[in-house]
Amino acid sequence: MTALAPARPLKKRLQSTGLWLLTFVLMVIMCVPGLWVMLSAFRPNREILAKPPIWVPEALTLGNFAKIFGFGAEQVGIPVASYFANSMIIALTSTVIALIIGMAGGYAFARYRFRFKGGIFLGLMLFRAVPGIALSLPIFMVWSRLGLIDTKPGLIIIYVSLNVPFTVWLIDGFFRQIPMSLSEAAQVDGCTRWQAFWKIEFPLARSGIAAAGVFAFLTSWNEYALASQLTRSTDSKTLPVGLMDFTAQFTIDWAGMCAMAVIIIIPALIMTFLVQKHLIAGLTFGGVKG
Amino acid sequence: MARIFATRRANWTPVLLLTPAIVTMLFVVAVPLLFSLYTSLTAYRLVRPETLWTFVGLRNYVRLFENRDFWVAFGRTILFLTIALNLEFILGLGIALLIAKITWGQRTLRTIMMFPMMFSPILVGFQFKFIFNDNIGILNNALQSLGLTDRAIPWLVDAKLAMFSIIVAEVWMSTSVFAILLLAGLFAMPRDPLEAARVDGCNAWQVFRHITLPFIMPFAFIAMTIRSLDVARAYDIVHVMTGGGPAGRTELLWTMIARTGYSDARMGQANAMAYVSTILSILFTWYFYHKLMAARRYMGGVQ
Repeated sequence: MTALAPARPLKKRLQSTGLWLLTFVLMVIMCVPGLWVMLSAFRPNREILAKPPIWVPEALTLGNFAKIFGFGAEQVGIPVASYFANSMIIALTSTVIALIIGMAGGYAFARYRFRFKGGIFLGLMLFRAVPGIALSLPIFMVWSRLGLIDTKPGLIIIYVSLNVPFTVWLIDGFFRQIPMSLSEAAQVDGCTRWQAFWKIEFPLARSGIAAAGVFAFLTSWNEYALASQLTRSTDSKTLPVGLMDFTAQFTIDWAGMCAMAVIIIIPALIMTFLVQKHLIAGLTFGGVKG
Repeated sequence: MARIFATRRANWTPVLLLTPAIVTMLFVVAVPLLFSLYTSLTAYRLVRPETLWTFVGLRNYVRLFENRDFWVAFGRTILFLTIALNLEFILGLGIALLIAKITWGQRTLRTIMMFPMMFSPILVGFQFKFIFNDNIGILNNALQSLGLTDRAIPWLVDAKLAMFSIIVAEVWMSTSVFAILLLAGLFAMPRDPLEAARVDGCNAWQVFRHITLPFIMPFAFIAMTIRSLDVARAYDIVHVMTGGGPAGRTELLWTMIARTGYSDARMGQANAMAYVSTILSILFTWYFYHKLMAARRYMGGVQ
């Protein structure tokens, strides 16, 4: 060991420089695709199409956003504003409902012992595993009989059930982390179980429940396979489905698509950053601690 | 004491609490799946509604299993998942180990890592369609500007390159799930066994192989379980990037279902395919969930 001692600082410094370099390259790979799309959203289409390529943007413009929202001289015949409204309404409503159902279910798994507990939990997971496109076929047939095709409630019901298994999993994990003794103490002091839940356990699990909510929101916000088959018009089309409207046109409007991509990503970005810490904690503790 | 008390008194409470969850799942998943099973036994075509009542037994399945295109797509799907999931696991593990070593800026790095996770698969597909575009894509532009190639590489037009591009998109989207969960595992790992092993003269590889890896495996299984729940979202990526082309060379099971069911309007046949893909997904999830539970019991024994 002593013989190696003089060589160590240099070796260590090289090692850490290497680590940083590698990390930097990896981060660039993770960020560049998304950032490139975002940058392109502020560039005029002719600059994107230019040959030879223009690397340093010469003109940044908000024109693409104005265009897809139907302002300004140039317009795109895609009702992005109403897609945005549909996406928001559908994602928020389904998230709230899924959270209520998930909280009830998660609490049951975390606090009670009952028959077929493991089986029911696995069952929920397996139902979630059915591929969206495979599920879309029978839902399409059933929904068209029920008159739910191309309606917001039609999609909301589906997204609630897509989100329930995962919210149950996450919320179960969060409730487990709260010692039972807290609510028991409250009950000894004269609270009912219901009061103990709202006064003690719910406030403690709140950030975790928010994380589960964001996860549910993102699932609904980003879903495409089912929405693309079950929506037809501005009554219910969501943003991801609307993005594909561009491909139906004669020439691909890359700048417009990039602008729409930015519209889709920004709410997701904000929400994830707000709860990222709790989201990771929820996924790991829910899964590992039995 | 308290637990026994709770079970005795509140037998019906968990049932009541779980009812909404179970009812939703039954209504939106189980009932349609049963209907789908029935439809897969009929000659149902969307354009001729009366065919829903033409019972044909297992004919759709027999035709499916005799269909070479189906088996090709099936094999391609399995191959695609094997390559993508292994790459995601290995890359995710590498990134997690790397970031665990770094002492400064860990939080920022972890935040950056979450970036791909918030992208809608349809956006990931679009983004890589934009990047891999042979004419205006940043990749070809960069390669040409750097003088590495003088012609435009047909990333999404050539069958092999197209499959490669799709795998790149899929791996880009999902590696962070593994990286983040494995990193959480590394942070949760107790220090004592590591130091004990070093004192006993284990080298870095032995420590990794026999202590670190077993400890973080449950975290890898969580990531695998989460991933197995939505492997089919690759449908979105393929749908945007190539639509299954060129000439069906990037067709996966899921794009084949959509084409047969909606474009060709052969619902009976498509439902038979959908059933095969559903069973595949369920087996997959069940397997990793099982692994996760086993790892959890093992961990419980250790702690």
